[in-house]
Amino acid sequence: MNVRVYVPQDSTALSVGADDVAQKLAKQDVAEHSIDVIRNGSRGLFWLEPLVEVETERGRVAYGPVTVEDIDDLIQSGMLSGKQGHPLALGLTEEIPFLKNQQRLTFKRAGITRPTSIEDYQAHQGFIGLTRALSMSPQECVDEIKDSGLRGRGGAAFPTGIKWQTVLSAEADQKYIVCNADEGDSGTFADRLQMEADPYALIEGMIIAGFAVGADKGYIYLREEYPHSYTVLKEAISIAKHHKFLGAAINGSAFDFDIEVRLGAKSYVCGEETALLNSLEGKRGVVRAKPPLPALEGLFAKPTVVNNVLSLSTVPTIFANGADSYAEFGMGRSRGTMPFQLAGNLKQTGLVELAFGVTVDELINEFGAGSRSGRPLKAAQLGGPLGTYLPPSQWKTQMDYEALAEINAVLGHGGVVAFDDTVDMGEQARFAMEFCVVESCGKCTPCRIGSVRGVETIDKIRANENRQDNINLLHSLCSTMVNGSLCAMGGMTPFPVQSALEHFAEDFDRVESSSQKIVPTLAKSRT
Amino acid sequence: MQTETENVEMVVVDAVVAHQHLAGPLLPILHQIQSELRHIPGSALNYIAKALNLSRAEVHGVVSYYHSFTTKPHGKTVIEVCRAESCQAVGGRKIEQRFKDALGLDFGETSSDGNVTLESVYCLGNCACSPSVRVGENIYGRITESGVNAIVDKAISQLAKSKELNQ
Repeated sequence: MNVRVYVPQDSTALSVGADDVAQKLAKQDVAEHSIDVIRNGSRGLFWLEPLVEVETERGRVAYGPVTVEDIDDLIQSGMLSGKQGHPLALGLTEEIPFLKNQQRLTFKRAGITRPTSIEDYQAHQGFIGLTRALSMSPQECVDEIKDSGLRGRGGAAFPTGIKWQTVLSAEADQKYIVCNADEGDSGTFADRLQMEADPYALIEGMIIAGFAVGADKGYIYLREEYPHSYTVLKEAISIAKHHKFLGAAINGSAFDFDIEVRLGAKSYVCGEETALLNSLEGKRGVVRAKPPLPALEGLFAKPTVVNNVLSLSTVPTIFANGADSYAEFGMGRSRGTMPFQLAGNLKQTGLVELAFGVTVDELINEFGAGSRSGRPLKAAQLGGPLGTYLPPSQWKTQMDYEALAEINAVLGHGGVVAFDDTVDMGEQARFAMEFCVVESCGKCTPCRIGSVRGVETIDKIRANENRQDNINLLHSLCSTMVNGSLCAMGGMTPFPVQSALEHFAEDFDRVESSSQKIVPTLAKSRT
Repeated sequence: MQTETENVEMVVVDAVVAHQHLAGPLLPILHQIQSELRHIPGSALNYIAKALNLSRAEVHGVVSYYHSFTTKPHGKTVIEVCRAESCQAVGGRKIEQRFKDALGLDFGETSSDGNVTLESVYCLGNCACSPSVRVGENIYGRITESGVNAIVDKAISQLAKSKELNQ
């Protein structure tokens, strides 16, 4: 009997040995079964990777985390018939609470299909949205996105439909779609999973965006740190071209569209849209002053839609199911679902796609199941390295752009990094400033100089040097950076610092013993 | 036998020719040179500048801006240890130190035999299985302190293997 066994091949599964598991499974010689190893994308239940699934009459049954050493035992215990005797048996994949309790729209295909199989994609609603979009007028397409309430998932949460409208209404001989795949925030990996598990959704979203605003060329600006995503995207684009979903006369219509993937070169600021555009043009990744908006003068000074991977990958779903069905999810002005990402010191880490409105506590303690170390959790950083550190007393807050803004926190790209009580928040505050020293593009003074002074001042506070004066100075420096920086890099670097000072003041109160004395060194900044 | 200067020239010319037709070709050109020569030699700047109708200073400005491009040769293997928050939350700082100790290198340094460079990296997108490290095109997750030496040994033994193959 032929048994289909799924072994994921996204970066995270690969990073914990999925290739070895797949190879070992393929070599198994089992009398009554012939094993058909299928490399799917990941479900995003990353703490269980490598998550091996076996297809049964009841559906796919999961086992994980599986190592090469477990395979003989698993097979002996009847894994190939879906038996549940082994300690790694997890039952039906879809019934695992972490997955069952999600509302997957953007990630509905993740882990189910083979990432670069266009047949799998089409068998799971792929290109239905595109077909519908091509039957509408560009203005109707833009209206559909406006009605869905979709806001940019990269972090800035700007209404996607308004951005598209600006580009559609602009008169130009050339327009561009640029996908921001420079997912630099620590604790986030949703873009990566999307690109590696379901790359055609991004491609389809970009085609629809191009049709809606009148652009025939798209770029995916991918960070260099994602080598596997690069391989998957290039393969998917080449297959899409072969099937006439890219190139001239897409899907038999009169619309032409092409996509090129470009690699970044390790610069965090290039996740900021204007720095990204400079980088794509082959320049230093320095932030541009706005106005002009990229929607009017973007790539090569032409009207450009710059959207995050998740925003664009959500577009096909909106078109396939209709704007209203998407807008039914969420709360207030945050419509639809958000792919949250659980990382750091949590027992259960991975991707959690849910309607806006879930609380931080539900994400951390229910989905995340508390700390991985077994120690009490002390803080959670939301929204990447420029995001606020929240103490548990604030975890009842709902994950919603406006609700978080009320407590001076940001949702950003949806990352949640949990820390247990061994964390020294003074050290984390210092790191936030240090990261800004390393990554500042250097264009504006508050960011370039302020971050260096920030590290120095935190070092003085932690060394108990004129403590109160230096704390006052740090507050004032933070306020200068927030108000005087050109972009979010300098403008938000103070968020983790200020929140650490506010909620974890005791961590700045430690008098360093001589053996632990901080050596005030700095990582190298740009030259 | 080809001299080193000739080889550099050939790589640079090839990289320019392969990408010159693109809109905004500078980063793809530099990536190819960095990947083949493990650095961007100063002698390449004039040629690139001329070919792209830029000033040498503009090209230099781009090379020096991005962490991916180096003016001194990287080791044959680059080990990049993640320093970002998710890794910090599960002992990343100790892992950083272990790599430094195992290699006798600080971040940004290359071993004297030119084999290994140690670099820091700010997020590999593998945060659900932190701490993470990248060796070449491979990413490793859930790194433990005791697992660091195995990663270093594997990286070095692969180098030795590829050397044997080349001989």
